[in-house]
Amino acid sequence: MKRLVFILFLALAMLLAACGGGAATETPVAPAPDEEQATEEPMPEEEEAMDAIEIRFTFYADGNEADVMQGLLDEFMAENPGITVVLDVVPYATIDEQLPVQVETGEGPDLARITNFGAYQGKLLDLRDYVEDPAYFEANFPAPILEAMGYGGFPDGLSVTGPYVNKTLFDQAGIEMPGEGATWEEWTEVAQQVAEATGVEYAISVDRTGHRFAGPAMSMGATLIDSEGNFTVDTPGFRAFAEVLNGWHEDGITPSEVWLVGDSLNSCIDFFKSGELVVCMSGSWQINGLANDVGDAFDWVVVPNPTGDGGSTGVAGGAGFAAFADTEHPEAVGKLMEFLMQADNYHNYVSNVLFLPAHSEVASAGVDFQSDNESVLGALSTYTAEIPKLQDQAVALNVHPFAFAYYRNSANRIAQYLTGELTLDEALARLQQDIDDAIAEAGG
Amino acid sequence: MAVQSSEKSFREVFIQLPSNTIDFFISFVDVFLSAIQRLVGLKGMPYVFVLPNLLVFGIFILFPMLLNFAYAFTGGSEFFLSERPWVGTANFDQLLTCDNFLDPNTCTQDRFWRSIYGTMSYVLGQVLWMVVISIITALILNRGIRARGFFRSVFFYPVLLSPIVVALIWKWILQENGLLNGIIVSLGYEKLPFLVDAQWARFWVIGISVWAFMGFYTLILLAGLQSIPADLYEAASIDGASEWHSFWSITLPLLMPTLIVVLVLALIRAVQVFDIVFAFTGGGPGTATLYIVQYIYDNGFASPNKLYGIAASASLLMAGTLVVLTLIQLRFRREEV
Repeated sequence: MKRLVFILFLALAMLLAACGGGAATETPVAPAPDEEQATEEPMPEEEEAMDAIEIRFTFYADGNEADVMQGLLDEFMAENPGITVVLDVVPYATIDEQLPVQVETGEGPDLARITNFGAYQGKLLDLRDYVEDPAYFEANFPAPILEAMGYGGFPDGLSVTGPYVNKTLFDQAGIEMPGEGATWEEWTEVAQQVAEATGVEYAISVDRTGHRFAGPAMSMGATLIDSEGNFTVDTPGFRAFAEVLNGWHEDGITPSEVWLVGDSLNSCIDFFKSGELVVCMSGSWQINGLANDVGDAFDWVVVPNPTGDGGSTGVAGGAGFAAFADTEHPEAVGKLMEFLMQADNYHNYVSNVLFLPAHSEVASAGVDFQSDNESVLGALSTYTAEIPKLQDQAVALNVHPFAFAYYRNSANRIAQYLTGELTLDEALARLQQDIDDAIAEAGG
Repeated sequence: MAVQSSEKSFREVFIQLPSNTIDFFISFVDVFLSAIQRLVGLKGMPYVFVLPNLLVFGIFILFPMLLNFAYAFTGGSEFFLSERPWVGTANFDQLLTCDNFLDPNTCTQDRFWRSIYGTMSYVLGQVLWMVVISIITALILNRGIRARGFFRSVFFYPVLLSPIVVALIWKWILQENGLLNGIIVSLGYEKLPFLVDAQWARFWVIGISVWAFMGFYTLILLAGLQSIPADLYEAASIDGASEWHSFWSITLPLLMPTLIVVLVLALIRAVQVFDIVFAFTGGGPGTATLYIVQYIYDNGFASPNKLYGIAASASLLMAGTLVVLTLIQLRFRREEV
């Protein structure tokens, strides 16, 4: 019996040790004699430390956004010694897949950098009640984004989709780049000529997501969202770009792993960065990464979005800082958000991460981008010129509550069409059904 | 002498102190257990001992299973069960509505049926190859070959690797500009579409999973082979039996119980495949390597608008299939034994 009891005791001890980790750290330690006096009359700093508030900020980064944000947070914490902000840097997949569940279950962070503006309706903290100057907040950011976020946050930049072109390859091939007004078909042909002339493997590609697909489709005449916000995918323009994309795959001029491998967002930017791809249709958020990763290996430029029956348009997008309604420290969160939205701080952020500003005061004053890289400055200038050309639906898409249902399902269905599993008719019918089901399931 | 005495007393203290402490705690725990025994009786004590494990099982296995069952009959995109509307069997109806069950294109949830057919094809191919290769490897390792211990370790090593690591390494080897295509091109041949062609992708998914997990099954079969008495082979040899005859008449029948265990384990594991394929192909190209667990994951977790009801229903159907497969295997095993 004693042996059995001994084994049980050991098991119990291990169990208690495993469960007791948290409690052990909280075990009060008797103060040293010289500390006792200090505890009788707390110094002001200690009083603040005792009242310290910790805010958790879940953050993803494509480039140097986390480093720049950490600098701003350090500044904020120095100004507000009672508030500690912990920046949890996570992969984008965590924001996309896990954060919504965390927030839904009340286990989310206080703040997060998000891209799906419509996904948190009713879950965000209305900042107008927690900032000192709500009028400033409302006046400086695009109203559609603020409304989509329920005034629970603001965009940290404005992004636009558009094609990156390897200029060095064009120079080497001795081929002139098509000017503004060129069509996707013309770009395809020219990129193919450049690839053949320079021996580069791939001519042209587009990121695997319905977001990047939408710009070319709209330029070819697709009316993806009507004025009432309803999705219609089976339109001539949408079909036309799907066929163009299929042609790229059939001709073997595109890196097929972008669309055919994986079930989530894949970008062509890595093929572009490694010099294997002439044209990559991505977006303005890639500028910083390109500047860092390409360096002076080759010259690259951003060109205006090609034109079609629907004109020339990219698609607006971007990320935003969101404050969650479940936070235990709404005042502190409001204070931090107010700090981040101040023109100086916002300028500091966008000028370092090389984002186009979504803040009207900062935009009208102009941004002093912290780069002397000609490709970077040229790209920022081209993307800025693309903003006024955006179609209404290209602005409305990313703030639509079901935009992400369209993004993911369209990528999967188009991939099925590209592999021959579905005809284009079937793929579009299935995609429409997927979006309708998602809206119906959410009670929309 | 003084030094020796001091060492002895130190040794005594070193041994006795913990021993006394343990004795004290044992007596301490004994008081509690005796009290419990008085309360529940001697016959009740086994239940007391299994209670901690039962609690862990209940909280982390049984409760989520029951919760999953409840979710399968609800709709909407809300997370909490209390906020989800009851929809009866609507999720199952949606999953099981097909004009022609052999053509996923005619099904309401075509991706579900594609994942079902994909899983069936994977399970058949993977389990067959896994068992055949594991038996051959075990038979070779059971012979008196040189460096037998080394080879046993080599075959078992991939089992120790994380499936994600395995998938990423092989992806690096097999991608369009990967190591293998580099070698193929350097030999003057055209690149092969290992990851973007459906047939190639299916082939490699099975090949990689066999490579990654066969060490585990080989080890089990090796233990089974070593439990077969050597004198049976000696007797057969004296009677003039060939090696093939010995294998067919002695090894295989006596290995059958172990083989069935391997078959059941491999089958269950194959139906549950997810991580290695998800990291390797993501289910692509198209849905060529989309299997049932990824379908569940996509709907329940990865989809922007969480379809928990569909995901829960699909997982119940999968659980039902696994139960049926296990019962068939057990029945088969009973007949064999």
